Amino acid sequence: MAEMKTGAQIVIECLIKEGVEVVFGYPGGANLPIYDAMTFYPKIHHVLTRHEQGATHAADGYARVTGQVGVAMATSGPGATNMVTGIATAKMDSSPIVCITGQVGTGAIGGDAFQETDVTGVTLPVTKHNYLVTDVRDLAYTIKEAFYIARTGRPGPVLIDIPKDVQNAKCEFVYPEDPIDLPGYHPAARATVAQVARALALINAAKKPVILAGHGILLSGATGQVLEMAEKGSIPITTTLLGIGGIPAGHPLNMGMMGMHGEAAANQAIQEADLLLAFGMRFDDRVTGKLATYSPNSKKIHIDIDASELNKNVRVDVAINADLQVVLEQFNGDVEAADRTAWLNAIRDWQEDSSQRDIINSNDGIFRAAQAIFDVWKFTKDNNPVVVSDVGQHQMLEAQYFKHEKPHTLITSGGLGTMGFSLPAAIGARFGAPKGQEVWVIVGDGSIQMTITELMTAVQENSNINICIINNGYLGMVRQWQQLFYDERYAETPILSPDYVKLAEAYGVQGLRVTKREDTLAALSAAKAHNGPSLIEFVVEQHDMVYPMVPAGADLHQMIRRPTA
Amino acid sequence: MKQTLIALVEDKPGVLNRVASLFRRRNFNIESLAVGHSETPGISRMTIVTDEEELLRRNVVRENLFRLINVIEVDDVTDQPTVVRETALIKVRANATKRAEIMNIADIYRARIVDVATESLIVEITGDADKINSMTDLLKPFGIIETARTGALAMTRGTVTPRDPASYAKYAAGNGKRSH
Ligand SMILES: Cc1ncc(C[n+]2csc(CCOP(=O)(O)OP(=O)(O)O)c2C)c(N)n1
Ligand SMILES: [Mg+2]
Repeated sequence: MAEMKTGAQIVIECLIKEGVEVVFGYPGGANLPIYDAMTFYPKIHHVLTRHEQGATHAADGYARVTGQVGVAMATSGPGATNMVTGIATAKMDSSPIVCITGQVGTGAIGGDAFQETDVTGVTLPVTKHNYLVTDVRDLAYTIKEAFYIARTGRPGPVLIDIPKDVQNAKCEFVYPEDPIDLPGYHPAARATVAQVARALALINAAKKPVILAGHGILLSGATGQVLEMAEKGSIPITTTLLGIGGIPAGHPLNMGMMGMHGEAAANQAIQEADLLLAFGMRFDDRVTGKLATYSPNSKKIHIDIDASELNKNVRVDVAINADLQVVLEQFNGDVEAADRTAWLNAIRDWQEDSSQRDIINSNDGIFRAAQAIFDVWKFTKDNNPVVVSDVGQHQMLEAQYFKHEKPHTLITSGGLGTMGFSLPAAIGARFGAPKGQEVWVIVGDGSIQMTITELMTAVQENSNINICIINNGYLGMVRQWQQLFYDERYAETPILSPDYVKLAEAYGVQGLRVTKREDTLAALSAAKAHNGPSLIEFVVEQHDMVYPMVPAGADLHQMIRRPTA
Repeated sequence: MKQTLIALVEDKPGVLNRVASLFRRRNFNIESLAVGHSETPGISRMTIVTDEEELLRRNVVRENLFRLINVIEVDDVTDQPTVVRETALIKVRANATKRAEIMNIADIYRARIVDVATESLIVEITGDADKINSMTDLLKPFGIIETARTGALAMTRGTVTPRDPASYAKYAAGNGKRSH
């Protein structure tokens, strides 16, 4: 007879079987048994975040850096509801996390017991799948299934809600060794021969093709295949925000980011293209602009692991539901070398125009957010660090000015745009990234104040992360919209900050302040040299804008441009 | 033509909620949804009618449904030869003088009178939506007190099934990996 174990022990045993080494979470009444069991398993390191939202972002950051499932834990009721933002963030960005929540006892469910919330109900629309486990004998299999679902196919968050009595109940523990076999879940989709043939014919016939590379190129591990196709066929590439890093920024075929704050040349190329190759991206409204006028003359090929994305926003000519890496392997042998010089030259001209407008060239003595971020890039680039950016102008400037050469080096909340993501996600990323790879946070003065409590988590874990606060005194991105579309009525966007240097000191974090561009290097060097968390406040111009910008609802090529210098 | 979907789903708590929640959050409209046991224990069968008509939109609905982990198979039978049936119970105002007239109408539609009271009748009718609507129109002048409809059930003609039952029989209740 197999050994009897409690539900709580089974949870930990299963985590170990899944290769989990670090868990981010917060204890409470309804998950006490799990926390108690954890003390007997020193193999698993628990990180006590200061808020359950932080735990989910940390698990998410860990997952995005490693490609492995991140794990977060919380108690019932408020603990679990605090996780919702982090779960929704992971869902929108296809990040594999497993959240384990305690629940009131099975007998109390439905009776509005103390700290009872219908967590599977609340999280149903923001999880890839979720479970309420009511019998301890189901626990091991459910956990294995949850990890499998989280990491396979289009990855995403899975939540397991475990009532306290199930954590305490005992049963024989036999780890289910058989591979998961679910009747309604078959993530390995493949292209048909006919689809491949049609797509290839379009590719080889195209005069003005563009590859749109999304997060899927990273998730599928297809960055090499995408580049191979591009090089073979001389096809220019533009990436989504989450595709950044998948294609080296310095590669001559990489036009940079597309969309609302994308490169003008990339947007122009999309609008003029005769073929779009959409790889692992989902035509979000932030990348298409007005749908009716989006890339009007192109044929479109869309490849995605999630069939429900195909023809959802943009109607395409060839829709392929498959793993990108597998299909591109099928394609690449037959992609013909083509002379697309005319097309590449046209793009080069647009790029030339952009570089003349570049804010980095401005020499008016004003210290700008873009310059601070550019300088962080220059200072750190040889290390290829992981950058975790938050949400706002600084995020877009990071995407524009930080040149990512390696996959999984930009971690940011794209789909949900969750302010407060960066600091906790960086703590998670730090656990996932190799020791020698630096972790830098680029965060706004608004965003940092949403989750600044996690500074103490970083201290407690002696997390070697460097936090660059771009302090423009505003909720800058919202202010930008107010300036452009609301006659400069800055309703509730001016935001005060604490004295970050003093605050850092109070937390036991190294704190530095930079008010002039020439002091940047010294501060960055001090941060790099410091073992443990550092915080640098960059006090920058308050009224800068992020350009180019496609106003919401406008055609993709109708960008507001920076004036030429 | 309205979209008709047949879905085979795992018979587990909350699955109906998952399906309904999906339609709500994706802004798809359900015209009717009927759910009950299938030929395989542990697997339920749903017939869902949506108001989508265009093929690409219909595919998006189907793929979204299919994406739910507990959904085993989804077949869009809109364009397939299919038997579609719905049952309605219609309670009509009817005193002794009107009864014969109503029974006549019921006869024409091969409907049955399943309850007779002094001031009302219940008519039970089975057919496709058009047939039920058309009889309802004829009954309206008498005064309809209440109507209950099951929603459409659909089954493709011939031996074709959405998926060979043998392929999912192994997941039937009692065959699962779960301890119970
Ligand atoms: C949780 C949350 N609340 C509100 C918003 C709306 N929002 C988007 S950007 C932004 C401003 C961010 O300000 P800050 O962090 O200072 O960055 P900046 O734009 O100034 O660089 C706001 C309020 C959001 N994205 N997330
Ligand atoms: Mg700001």
